[in-house]
Amino acid sequence: MQQFPCPFCGLRDEREFHFAGEAGKMRPDTSGEVTQTDWSRYLNSYKNREGKASEVWVHLPCQEYFIMHRDTLSMKVLGTEQLRRQEEI
Amino acid sequence: MSNTYSAFSLFKQAFRGHQGWQPVWRNPEPKPEYDIIIIGGGGHGLATAYYLAKNHGIKNIAVLEKGWLGGGNTGRNTTVIRSNYFYPESCALYDLSVRLYENLSRELNYNVMFSQRGMMVLIHSEAEMEMAVRGINAMKLGGTDAQLLDADGVKKRAPILNFRQDARFPIHGALIQERGGTGRHDAVAWGYARAADRLGVDIIQNCEVTGVIVEGGRVTGVETSLGKIRASRFGAAIAGHSSVLAEMAGYDLPIQSYALQAFVSEPLKPVIDVVAFTAAYGAYFSQSDKGGLVMGGGLDRVPSYGQRGNMPMQEAVLSGLIEFAPALAKVKILRQWAGIVDVTPDSSPVIGPSGIDGLYLNCGWGTGGFKAIPAGGYLFAHLLATGDHHEISRPFDPDRFKTARLIDEGAASGIAH
Repeated sequence: MQQFPCPFCGLRDEREFHFAGEAGKMRPDTSGEVTQTDWSRYLNSYKNREGKASEVWVHLPCQEYFIMHRDTLSMKVLGTEQLRRQEEI
Repeated sequence: MSNTYSAFSLFKQAFRGHQGWQPVWRNPEPKPEYDIIIIGGGGHGLATAYYLAKNHGIKNIAVLEKGWLGGGNTGRNTTVIRSNYFYPESCALYDLSVRLYENLSRELNYNVMFSQRGMMVLIHSEAEMEMAVRGINAMKLGGTDAQLLDADGVKKRAPILNFRQDARFPIHGALIQERGGTGRHDAVAWGYARAADRLGVDIIQNCEVTGVIVEGGRVTGVETSLGKIRASRFGAAIAGHSSVLAEMAGYDLPIQSYALQAFVSEPLKPVIDVVAFTAAYGAYFSQSDKGGLVMGGGLDRVPSYGQRGNMPMQEAVLSGLIEFAPALAKVKILRQWAGIVDVTPDSSPVIGPSGIDGLYLNCGWGTGGFKAIPAGGYLFAHLLATGDHHEISRPFDPDRFKTARLIDEGAASGIAH
């Protein structure tokens, strides 16, 4: 089994983690008009990079969401980033 | 014709010590320009080239393959062929494929070993029995077929399964599609390659596309490991690597790539003669003519381009199978592999324009691309030749992600794909 690093709990079994989507996707500003293309891109499109990718993952036991940088070909974990702001920790 | 396979040619070759067999396709150098270039020499790409040449009379075609023919998902699946889907659009699409498979060996003069041994989806509760009847009715309305079996009926077809009442998921019955079954996956790629080559298609292996040339908003050529090749139209049939080409050319795709694993056991005496699938245990298996059990399950949990697969899913599939057919617990696994599958939000394929003129897509088949090879090729050839959809492929145009008219088979047929 591979181990993934949770920013709170440290290295844990990969089965405790859930892939929550690609990092860096911004929800379109719905206070104004959103085109079909933009909304569809937000809902359905993925960069789906071969190689270095940044993704949002959740560690299920502690429910912490965080960003994990991975290599999708070698499956190596390249690092993690917290999603919380510093003052919340 | 001496190059036609027949009992007579086999007999003749046997007398010559099988020294007279010839290569069945050429290995041409790429020309600088073609009418149509197909990117990807798997089942879908080769079938597309074949139907373009045969049905539409276009002969100046190249198929570019970065590795060897059928070395991607075409050679990495569990060879299941079926059309037991829920929505009428899917029934029409996948049943076209089953019908084309039924005549494929004859049409290609190449034995693809399509064995219509039956595809059985096991049912483990009363409520699922009701849902299965609903599914069967939908399939009949959609123009395909399936029947319901009760527990005794399942026992007659596959006595090796776990019929104990104290099983984790007791067997109540099954949905069976008798026309479903398995095929010989390599033969499908090789048969289409041979037939396409004979119609004049250039099949170019070890030719990786490394860049896309866009001029005035239109794709006019590709950079490859064998140099620049131009064409007026391009078709991409590259499954799990579709997003890599999308990034080169600059269009969006609703695709996430995952590894899908499969396993084959040591050869055994015949133990099962249908394909047995169980969603509850998360696994399915069939037995090849060689005797090996061919086993599979769901997608890996981690998005991946690594054609290996990871341990948690191996454990889940194999432990599920041991519950499903406990007599197989001591069978040894011979090989394990993974293919990179292109999963869409609605578990239905994408056939249509890419958004950049001159480049068309055949992708998004997810875990179910092998069964769809003849239909995918047939419909993609129609799109590439005419610039317009065949009525069966129209619902699968990528515009459905903008109009939200999705064909959500993942939810509807309750299967992993």
